[in-house]
Amino acid sequence: MFDSNSHVDVAIIGAGIVGSMIARELSRYQLSVALLDRANDVGTGASSANSAILHSGHDPRPGSLKARLNRRGNELWWKVGEELDIPRIACGSMIVALGREQLPELDKLLARGTANNIEGLRILSADEARTREPLLSDATAGALWTPTAGVIDPLRGTVAIAESAAVNGVLVELDCEVSGLIIEHGRIAGVHSSRGDLRANWVINAAGIYSDVILHEAGDHLEYSLIPRKGEYFLFDAARVQVHNVLFPLPTEKGKGTLVTVSAHGNTMIGPNATVIENREDTSNTAEGMREILASAQRLVPSLDPRDIIASFAGIRATGVGGNGDFLIELSSSVDHLVHLSGIESPGYVAAPAIAEHVVGLLAGSGLRLVPKPHGLKDLPRRPRFRELTHDERAKLIAKDSSYGRIVCRCEMVTEGEVVAAMKGPIPARSYDALKRRCWLGTGRCQGGFDYSRVIELMAREDGLPQTEVTKKGGESRFLYRETKDAAALPEPHCACNALETAATGEPR
Amino acid sequence: MIAHEPEEQTIICLRCPRGCEVTAHVDGDGAVTEVTGNSCKLGIQYATQEVRDPRRILPTTVRVRGGNHPLVAVWTPEPIPRGRLLELARATREIVVDAPVEDGQVILKDWMHLGINLVASGAVDVAS
Amino acid sequence: MTRGADYDVVVIGGGPAGLAAAIAARKAGADRVLVIERNGEPGGILPQCIHNGFGAIVFGQDLPGPQYALRYSRMAAAEGVQIMLDTFVVEISNERDVYAMSSNEGYVHFRPRAIVLAMGCRERTRAQIRLPGTRAAGVFTAGTVQRLVNIEGYMPGRRFAVLGSGDIGMIMARRLAIEGAEVVGVYELLPYLTGLRRNYVQCLSDYEIPLHLSMTVTNIFGKERVEGIEVSKVDERLQPIPGSEQVIACDALLLSVGLIPENELSRQIGIEIDPRTSGPRVDSSMATSVPGIFAAGNVTGIYDLVDYVSKAGEVAGYEAAKFAAGVQTARSLNATSVRPAEEAVSSGAVRVTPGENVGTIIPQLLKVAVGQAERYVTIRPRALIERRVRVSFLDGDREVYGFWETYARPAEMMVHKVDARFSDAIGAAQSRELEVVIR
Repeated sequence: MFDSNSHVDVAIIGAGIVGSMIARELSRYQLSVALLDRANDVGTGASSANSAILHSGHDPRPGSLKARLNRRGNELWWKVGEELDIPRIACGSMIVALGREQLPELDKLLARGTANNIEGLRILSADEARTREPLLSDATAGALWTPTAGVIDPLRGTVAIAESAAVNGVLVELDCEVSGLIIEHGRIAGVHSSRGDLRANWVINAAGIYSDVILHEAGDHLEYSLIPRKGEYFLFDAARVQVHNVLFPLPTEKGKGTLVTVSAHGNTMIGPNATVIENREDTSNTAEGMREILASAQRLVPSLDPRDIIASFAGIRATGVGGNGDFLIELSSSVDHLVHLSGIESPGYVAAPAIAEHVVGLLAGSGLRLVPKPHGLKDLPRRPRFRELTHDERAKLIAKDSSYGRIVCRCEMVTEGEVVAAMKGPIPARSYDALKRRCWLGTGRCQGGFDYSRVIELMAREDGLPQTEVTKKGGESRFLYRETKDAAALPEPHCACNALETAATGEPR
Repeated sequence: MIAHEPEEQTIICLRCPRGCEVTAHVDGDGAVTEVTGNSCKLGIQYATQEVRDPRRILPTTVRVRGGNHPLVAVWTPEPIPRGRLLELARATREIVVDAPVEDGQVILKDWMHLGINLVASGAVDVAS
Repeated sequence: MTRGADYDVVVIGGGPAGLAAAIAARKAGADRVLVIERNGEPGGILPQCIHNGFGAIVFGQDLPGPQYALRYSRMAAAEGVQIMLDTFVVEISNERDVYAMSSNEGYVHFRPRAIVLAMGCRERTRAQIRLPGTRAAGVFTAGTVQRLVNIEGYMPGRRFAVLGSGDIGMIMARRLAIEGAEVVGVYELLPYLTGLRRNYVQCLSDYEIPLHLSMTVTNIFGKERVEGIEVSKVDERLQPIPGSEQVIACDALLLSVGLIPENELSRQIGIEIDPRTSGPRVDSSMATSVPGIFAAGNVTGIYDLVDYVSKAGEVAGYEAAKFAAGVQTARSLNATSVRPAEEAVSSGAVRVTPGENVGTIIPQLLKVAVGQAERYVTIRPRALIERRVRVSFLDGDREVYGFWETYARPAEMMVHKVDARFSDAIGAAQSRELEVVIR
């Protein structure tokens, strides 16, 4: 809880990839920084539910902030991915022309990419494209090849960035919902939150899908607002289908389109679509969404079989309306020492490290004193990933710590040692989904069938809690209701969830 | 005995996985006069019993104190009156046995004087 | 890495198939037999199957699962079978390397003379049936709930809906009702019950749990925890009928939508998998396409009765022991490569393929039976035919062998004992491939 002495130089609202990157960037300097998020973990919003592509930057409008920050971000991600051991694949990407009539579009994209200073762009012939990706449709007429693109694990990425910030002194406050700004004499003085008031000399609004609420509270850009657009994704069994590249169709005015891509963990992933939704928190998957995405994806890779789908998820884009279509990253014109970031949809994830650089520049230009820490950033201690070790490495690890000898997730080969390490990390995992972000458990063929009971038991043991308090994602998302024999907890004849049945007609789909 | 109309009851036999659909012809006194549709003798036995006094096996668990598992599987090897299943189920929720529990151990003897035992079907050792 | 002790046979999985295989291997003369089991106790899935229905054939008794498992554990101990618990096999190779890990043993490398794969099966997931909706807590597969309720001792909800009328769904519906939960109903996509009819009576009807056929779940609601589901009627093509949607309040959804043989290890080394069973193609000896590697039980295809799983295990264990003895005496023959199916057929085996109304057949390759193990052919029908049916092994149009069955039900695997008449008929067949039909 914050108290009347709680005071930082910089408070960042929102621990998605953008907020976390800014936090890490600021942690190079002698500043006190707080990174706040209303959820029970970092990166629970769009940062955990996106295409996970490190775009080359050929696509955004030349001269835009999106273009500049995408290109720079791509450069920086390859470096930070190495530093922080984030699963990633430098596979490049192909924008595929299906049919000869689409080839002129490729030339236009090449020209745009050149204008954006993207290296290595080349038009491939149909043969070259199909050699790179044998599963590509026969209708492929050619492709634009962008070698600097790739894929990353966005869950682990966001966690690693935030953990690196934490290791370097950033105070990470979760379950901390900001309810308002504290403004004194036209200058930011802090935030009101569910954990009390936090005073701060500077505040960064990186609140993602809710950033427009804070924008307006400060009196800025009342003509601009965010509409939530949902994008669904589906993952395939790696043993049944394997693409090796990032494949895009030609872009339309709606966006980059439904892609088919290899993921950083080797699964083939398809998506997203783009559906305007009303509820900013609606991350449900839909039957129509699956049909739409599959049909689109099959134009690129006809052999995709829906029976091979093993997982699905959805993310919500923060699409700005009433603006200029670019990232909104600027100092508030109404309140001093307040920086807004809004409308950070694609290429938001890849641009994040460059966004952070840019924001630090804005802060410095606005009077924040940046005194570098003499020894630079401390390294993030690496946690072993059992699945990736050789036989000998595994043997040594188990000999050192026998908890690595006990398998918890059989499909992805995650051990008890890794789970415990994630629960004791710089930002401790405190829910099943938080563990999933860090360890990749529960994401394979059995989708938690084997690991649920083991993980719940382990989490309860490590946190000293009853198993009934272990949650999927914080809040009310408990797995277990009561002990089997707890007679006192037997339900009333009609339980509270009856309310849903009577309100059936109003239920959103 | 209340006088009934003679009737035919369709019963699914539970004695083996086949689940034959058996017809029990019941007379005005409630007695089974004929059984058809069965594939074996067990079907006749079952249908006659089912009309007169339907019985079922109850498989459940009871709590164990001091064991390496919190519960032990139990069951009623002899079926109990169908109408009393939930009653016995509720009663088992109150039971706690001390480890060790041996498979075959009688947990509840002669429940409700019906000659029915609740017996352990698993084993639980003392916690190490 | 520790080099494990020298074993004749290593059995992967200590359930009813694995334990039976290990016992049979010892009885067939294998000196050192090891069972590797990932759980803390043997028995596979049986310790959580607290209902009765096991042992009618093997023991002539109707036993609950844990008791059946205990009997096999005791027999295994009496036969000198070694067992490693809490140990997980990470990888195997074509040369019969087995890499296993546990907290106690560390990381161990075995190189037995023969392997029996007995890893059982896993459950079909929500994503595999492409069930839309939110990702709230409260969606579980039936087996996970069974483990939580019966072994760990927790109820994962208050008011349950069940999708799927297979046996495990019905059994769990009853289990939850016995423990005081509300079970609003069992929803089944098909127009008929997919489990045994006796389970409809003793699990649903007796506990007043409604069964809804030709219905499925089309959405899940709830932000953090399930708050309800949407169910819809389906048409003859099993597609949801627009306008038939209904919202059902519940806080948990239990999925009983099928079992899938667990073949991660088998696929790693390219063992020939039968796409119909999703398990290794096996012959009458339960031998897979890799010499020295045998498979039995649910890993080869989903069985209904555990007794036949154990019987299959016996064959595999017996044959594995014989193979181990063979390798011992003929070590100079380096027969360690993956042997393609054609070779197996040319070595005197007959391939049987599913024809009209037949879904799966195990084993897929029949040989003239030798040796003492009781052998069976299991046939799963693909159609529901409630009258006497003829099961025929056809060479073209000619029935080479056949038998009658009282009915054909997809929920009930037909198990036919291989006797001298059967072996002779198959042995005399001209063709190396026979089609099996049910008419």
